[in-house]
Amino acid sequence: MSEVPSELKYTESHEWLRLEDDGLVTVGVTDHAQALLGDLVFVELPEAGTEFVAGDECCVVESVKAASDVYMPISGEIVEINEALADEPEIINSSPYDSGWLFKVKPSANELADLMDADAYQAEIDE
Amino acid sequence: MTNKTVLFEKHVEYNGKIVDFAGWQMPVNYGSQIDEHHQVRNDAGMFDVSHMVIIDLKGGDIKGLLQKILANDVAKLTESGKALYSCMLNPEGGVIDDLIVYYMSDDWYRVVVNAGTAEKDIAWISKYAADFGVSVNVRDDLAMIAVQGPKAREKALEALPVDVVEAATPLKRFYGADCGEWFVGRTGYTGEDGFEIMLPSSEAPAFWDRLAEAGVKPCGLGARDTLRLEAGMNLYGTDMTEETSPLISGLGWTIAWQPEERDFIGRSVIAKEKADGVKQKIVGLILEGRGVLRGHQKVVTAAGDGEITSGTFSPSLQKSIALARVPVDIGDSCEVDIRGKLLKAAVVKPVFVRDGKPV
Repeated sequence: MSEVPSELKYTESHEWLRLEDDGLVTVGVTDHAQALLGDLVFVELPEAGTEFVAGDECCVVESVKAASDVYMPISGEIVEINEALADEPEIINSSPYDSGWLFKVKPSANELADLMDADAYQAEIDE
Repeated sequence: MTNKTVLFEKHVEYNGKIVDFAGWQMPVNYGSQIDEHHQVRNDAGMFDVSHMVIIDLKGGDIKGLLQKILANDVAKLTESGKALYSCMLNPEGGVIDDLIVYYMSDDWYRVVVNAGTAEKDIAWISKYAADFGVSVNVRDDLAMIAVQGPKAREKALEALPVDVVEAATPLKRFYGADCGEWFVGRTGYTGEDGFEIMLPSSEAPAFWDRLAEAGVKPCGLGARDTLRLEAGMNLYGTDMTEETSPLISGLGWTIAWQPEERDFIGRSVIAKEKADGVKQKIVGLILEGRGVLRGHQKVVTAAGDGEITSGTFSPSLQKSIALARVPVDIGDSCEVDIRGKLLKAAVVKPVFVRDGKPV
């Protein structure tokens, strides 16, 4: 059974989002997604300072098995990336919601409310 | 179409993550494919390969049949139990399948073919078998378990029935021996020592448990792929197909050109290709920076473009590796187009790891 923390927001393409106290939004891939991908061996992160529109391909995570695109879940600017993933991409497997975060976004619009809550995402992956 | 091997319930019991492979419900891993990879390189792992198809050829002129339909020459097999790796070619010189043939006696050869190609293989072999008076028996009643790794033989011998142990213990590499309905080959697809064990399906689940008790860990098809790629072993359907000749697939060494009068199927076409000068070859690539090489990525060289046929992350080397079909004059480095970026890769012989050590 995959873990789906109740305080996060989710997308159909299996990204999670957490609104931080400073207004930034942290983004990662869900426990369900990392389990499907298997052992991760490479992450191609966007550069800090890059601006994206919701739905853009912004990042690639590669497991031994396959490469998968990560889509920008909300519009905004990348302000910080998780540098630790360069040497240890497997952190995403062991800690998808915590140490395995991908990047932080400064939102340019109020889109967070439109995304799925934990119950909706749970229902989505149970299908 | 979804088939299950007789070990399917065991895969579920051992927490295998099941995927579809060539129409079969097979475990891709039992948790971590990287852990399973290292388990085989350092100790012993087991793979359910019951989806592969065992064909017994009996009676008639089997040698004559195989000398006609295989590019390698079974005349090399003179000792009972000796195995030979060969391609089976179509008249255009393309590869119908790659297979292992064991010579047991003049009246019995055993052939093991790939799961995805089994149907066409059986039809092809049967088409020629009649002319040589050979009967083709597909052994659907047998399961097959590959036990691989430096400790594979030692641990498998603890789990095998006593009389089979006697047959398996003295086996040299690339030999097989039968014992009743059991058959053990000292062969594999990982670059490690080990056995491939064929046995009655009804006995396979209990044997799987005995292997596990002996310390052999279940491994999925994911690890099988990274292991074979590190060992530089071709995968049918990606590294070679019916559209590629063995000469451009790194399989020239499996073609027996002597004796010249042996007219195997496909010979005239690949002989002409060889005489005209072969244009491409399979090489190994090691990516210098970060990233993962994948099948179908473009390889850019001064001698022209090529293409990756199989690529992955190598758990043993901690780098990305690939097999690629490239112009013969490639030199010792190239660039690979990964999502629009050209990344540098070293060109090496297509073998990366053997018997646990980097080559």
